[in-house]
Amino acid sequence: MGEPLLARLIADGPPSLWEWFARNWDTGRAGSVKDLLGDHLVMSLVPIVAGLVLALPLGLASARWRWLYQPTAGVFNVVYALPSLPVFMLLISVTGLSKTTVIIPLTFYAIAVLLPAVVDGLGSVPDHVRQSAVAMGFTPLRRLVQVELPIAVPVVLAGLRVVAVSSISLVSVGALIGQGGLGMLFTRAYQNPFLPPVIVGIVLIVALALVADGLLVLAQRLLTPWVRARRAS
Amino acid sequence: MITFDAVTKRYADGTVAVDNLSLEAPTGEITVFVGPSGCGKTTSLRMINRMIDATEGRILLDGDPVQDIDPPKLRRGIGYVIQQAGLFPHKKIVDNVATVPLLLGWDRGKARSRAMELLERVGLDPAMGERYPFQLSGGQQQRVGVARALAADPPVLLMDEPFSAVDPIVRTSLQDELLRLQAELNKTIVFVTHDIDEAIKLGDRVAVLRVGGRLAQLADPKTLLSEPADDFVREFLGHDRGIRRLQFVGTDGLRLRTDLTVPAGFSGGSPEPWVLAVSDDGRPVGWLRGDGGGEPEPYGTFRPGRDSMRSALDAALLSPSGCAVAVGEDGKVVGVATREVLDAALAEAADG
Repeated sequence: MGEPLLARLIADGPPSLWEWFARNWDTGRAGSVKDLLGDHLVMSLVPIVAGLVLALPLGLASARWRWLYQPTAGVFNVVYALPSLPVFMLLISVTGLSKTTVIIPLTFYAIAVLLPAVVDGLGSVPDHVRQSAVAMGFTPLRRLVQVELPIAVPVVLAGLRVVAVSSISLVSVGALIGQGGLGMLFTRAYQNPFLPPVIVGIVLIVALALVADGLLVLAQRLLTPWVRARRAS
Repeated sequence: MITFDAVTKRYADGTVAVDNLSLEAPTGEITVFVGPSGCGKTTSLRMINRMIDATEGRILLDGDPVQDIDPPKLRRGIGYVIQQAGLFPHKKIVDNVATVPLLLGWDRGKARSRAMELLERVGLDPAMGERYPFQLSGGQQQRVGVARALAADPPVLLMDEPFSAVDPIVRTSLQDELLRLQAELNKTIVFVTHDIDEAIKLGDRVAVLRVGGRLAQLADPKTLLSEPADDFVREFLGHDRGIRRLQFVGTDGLRLRTDLTVPAGFSGGSPEPWVLAVSDDGRPVGWLRGDGGGEPEPYGTFRPGRDSMRSALDAALLSPSGCAVAVGEDGKVVGVATREVLDAALAEAADG
């Protein structure tokens, strides 16, 4: 990478960028941009979904038994604080150079963000609302499903938006162990200083993150029309 | 009928919230629990639907101990209204009202049409059913709370300071609305408040509780005002107990004068110091001096037979003549209660 990046970009220009993308999108061989995009989607979506599925029961238990909350949140925060590279190295001995090695730490990160979101979401249910649900004869399970969880949705979704964007971005780190999805386009640039793959990688990752975020905003609008009603009033 | 049979609530730390409470809340009547904070009135209320369980004693619902009934099942048969209404923010008004019918397994269409009917019943536009709670005022939310409590037509209604978070004008209209509804529905209502005026206005029977959860007096409002059991009750009733007692003195016996009214165009010539100008359609316009000088002065009205002596006296105090204008249901003047007549009636009330 002798020349300054910007100078190279200007020299290569957008047409060569597009050309490169068109040529490498679907080569029919492993490592095509299409394949990398697919890998990227799997490695970012699985942690988002798994994180939510695991954070829900953990959050419910933490809201129910408050003493459980601090230790549980503490464990996940410590995991969150660990640099991802050594975590990958550690996991390689168990799960090898597979997607699972990337998915596991990202799931832990997701839980670290979503656990407090679930607990805070349940905490956002006003006391008089909970009381009146009890007084009207809701069983505890029905109260949770029909009253408390729906009211917690806006707070949980706000956490989920952070998780979605950060997962999609963090997957690229997996390139260091050969499992980085679109991140692979960055490591290739080390060996062969050629800019178009780097730009394509960045653009696709950012686009993925924006689409995921947009879908979540849409979900929020559909699931919680009452939040908009409150703002409008 | 709800029966408290030597009910005590003692918490783990030894605090006694309710102490050996025995009383009955008769079917079809409003029983009010009133007292200062810490008197156990809300705790007593919540023991009826088992949101709190009694430590000792029994509470019977038409003879059946509530302790023997599964709480969710028990609660679905008891309407409950709380201070901030407790509406579900994520549900439309109509679905809020339909909550208990749906819990009872009614089909959706039937529950919704019942909800619409109830919105109308509590004085709300059914079109409001499609809104969310945050789009309603405090008073409207509280009406929805009442509608929701009535949705499955429970025989018993528990109301925990339902009107204390709204402004005084709205509170008065909600209280009137409750009395109107109760005249139609005849529910067994237990109503908790810290406001003695509200207790006297709404209660068929008023239970005054003192701090520590002991019953100080259980009586109808009139007896409470005229014969408070002890100094605590007397103090709690406040200073204008005598005036408030007039609320229970009728006005049907008042002799009304009909010779004090004049047409609106009156220009003087009456021997009386004050005469009442009346419009062509029989409505009061204002008090005029007998010599015809000056502008019409303010007046106050009451409905003889319907309103109490307190209203009549209030009407008299509002006008310079010291007389109260008696009007019919249509707002037309039927006569005037003079100072002398009111004075005689007050003297009689004081004796009785």
